[in-house]
Amino acid sequence: MALVSPAEIVKGNVLAIQEYSVLAGQAIRNIFRQPRYVADILQQADLIGVGSLPIVVLTGFFTGAVLALQSSATLVKFGSLSLTGQLVSLSMVRELGPVLTSLMVAGRNASGMASELGSMKVTEQIDAMRALGTDPTKKLVTPRVVSSVVMLFFLTIISDLVGLAGGWIVSLLMLGLNSYQFWNQAYQNLVAQDVTMGLVKPVIFGFIISTVGCYYGLSTKGGTQGVGRSTTQAVVAASVLILVVDFFVTRLIMSWFGSAV
Amino acid sequence: MQLSSSPASATAEAPGNDLGITFEDVQLAFEQNKVLRGVSFNLRRGETKVLLGIAGAGKSTILKLALGLMKPDSGRIDVLGEEVSSMEEEDLFALRRRVGMVFQESALFDSLTVEENVSYRLREEHAPEDEIKRRVVEALRFVELEHTLEKFPSELSGGMRRRVAIARAIVNEPEVILYDSPTGGLDPITSTRIIELVVKQRDVYKTSALLVTHRLQDAFTLASSYFDPKANEMRPVTKDNPKNTNTSFMILRDGKVIFDGNATELACTNDEYIREFIS
Ligand SMILES: Nc1ncnc2c1ncn2[C@@H]1O[C@H](COP(=O)(O)OP(=O)(O)O)[C@@H](O)[C@H]1O
Ligand SMILES: [Mg+2]
Repeated sequence: MALVSPAEIVKGNVLAIQEYSVLAGQAIRNIFRQPRYVADILQQADLIGVGSLPIVVLTGFFTGAVLALQSSATLVKFGSLSLTGQLVSLSMVRELGPVLTSLMVAGRNASGMASELGSMKVTEQIDAMRALGTDPTKKLVTPRVVSSVVMLFFLTIISDLVGLAGGWIVSLLMLGLNSYQFWNQAYQNLVAQDVTMGLVKPVIFGFIISTVGCYYGLSTKGGTQGVGRSTTQAVVAASVLILVVDFFVTRLIMSWFGSAV
Repeated sequence: MQLSSSPASATAEAPGNDLGITFEDVQLAFEQNKVLRGVSFNLRRGETKVLLGIAGAGKSTILKLALGLMKPDSGRIDVLGEEVSSMEEEDLFALRRRVGMVFQESALFDSLTVEENVSYRLREEHAPEDEIKRRVVEALRFVELEHTLEKFPSELSGGMRRRVAIARAIVNEPEVILYDSPTGGLDPITSTRIIELVVKQRDVYKTSALLVTHRLQDAFTLASSYFDPKANEMRPVTKDNPKNTNTSFMILRDGKVIFDGNATELACTNDEYIREFIS
């Protein structure tokens, strides 16, 4: 392998970040511009939303269930097993619902977008689209961004609810709590900050997943091998970015609500 | 068209061009690889120019530059009276709709059927549905593939895909067509059929064209044949039946144009490289 000077690597990364930012900016700007590809938005929404539903329900349910199980071991030491509902709902809504759903969708759709757009890139279909007078950022990127954001928002809500149901079933059947105790705790302790956090995150993560997937797809080089590389890189980059951004968003929203440490 | 809106426009001053395609000292490098080192030529309206050169000479690059799919490092490119080299992507889309392009590997959208591929441009322009249907059938009949409407590109042979790509390029009657190796990788019979289509497009619709090929035979067929609309087939030009085929040749070597002229001039050249190239 040829040695590349550190300066070159930095230059390459700066360039990539710049190109990514331009693409992300265009994706947003296109929402307010003609033409809008409604049929493509719906098709993507179906692919992302309906297609991801089974895995999101499964991960949500078992995350909620294991949360109840794990926390009960600690809570019982302090004689406060009845707080299980609160713990499950706060963790699900604030953190695990949005993050795990996004990671699942990233694995499924960031890779899908990168490989689909990547194959179109290496077979010159992207150039052909431009040659036929269509802006690929309008036709391909913006529909994916819009449907990812909207669908992840609803998928996260579903994941939260299913997670709570998982926690409730474990509490009921294995921990000996009654339903009222669980749901009362789960519901009473959710405040505006938790809900805001839980609903802002999926919007941001949906944006990350789709723009990163499309960026890697559109910048694919080097034939079918390149498509494989883009696909992997897209999932890795989207997942890492989600976890990093999650930290900062959490911190930001906490300080908005004046509960930062 | 935009007489009122455009300020004393650059198009009026565009040097020596009758609104075909003009390249002026165009240079382009990919990193260290200097692909074009000052390419200049002029494609007149109604003319067909055959672009020859070895693989990697920069033929495809020239076609992509003409469509504004890439930007030159320096030099000026005018297409149909607009200066492509300085236009923003946003403004290029309107111009590109007046130009047809057949890509080297066809580049059909593989998630769309043949009908959807060919009608793509018309649907983008929101043409009325009955007109779309009529034009698509007409374009597919032109390439004799009207029975494949509902097929996907993956179900077609290489030659059929190339013909669908031609149909997609001509469906809205563009003023210029760019053909990138339309016969590359095809058997001689299919190649001849495709060249016949190019000749037909040239002689029946009088479209200007820039055609890349590395099959010299195709180039000579183009220059020495005309389309007989009555018989619906290509005929060779003979002494008793002289026709202006409006076809010229351009040869690229090491990033420069080393020949630009008609068939007679090409036959008379003394350049060693060219003689070897055409032999
Ligand atoms: N997008 C690109 N990035 C880097 N190099 C390129 C790119 N496109 C073309 N090239 C290089 O430019 C040269 C000319 O390519 P091309 O125009 O495709 O040649 P051809 O005459 O065979 O069509 C080749 O050496 C090719 O490797
Ligand atoms: Mg080529």
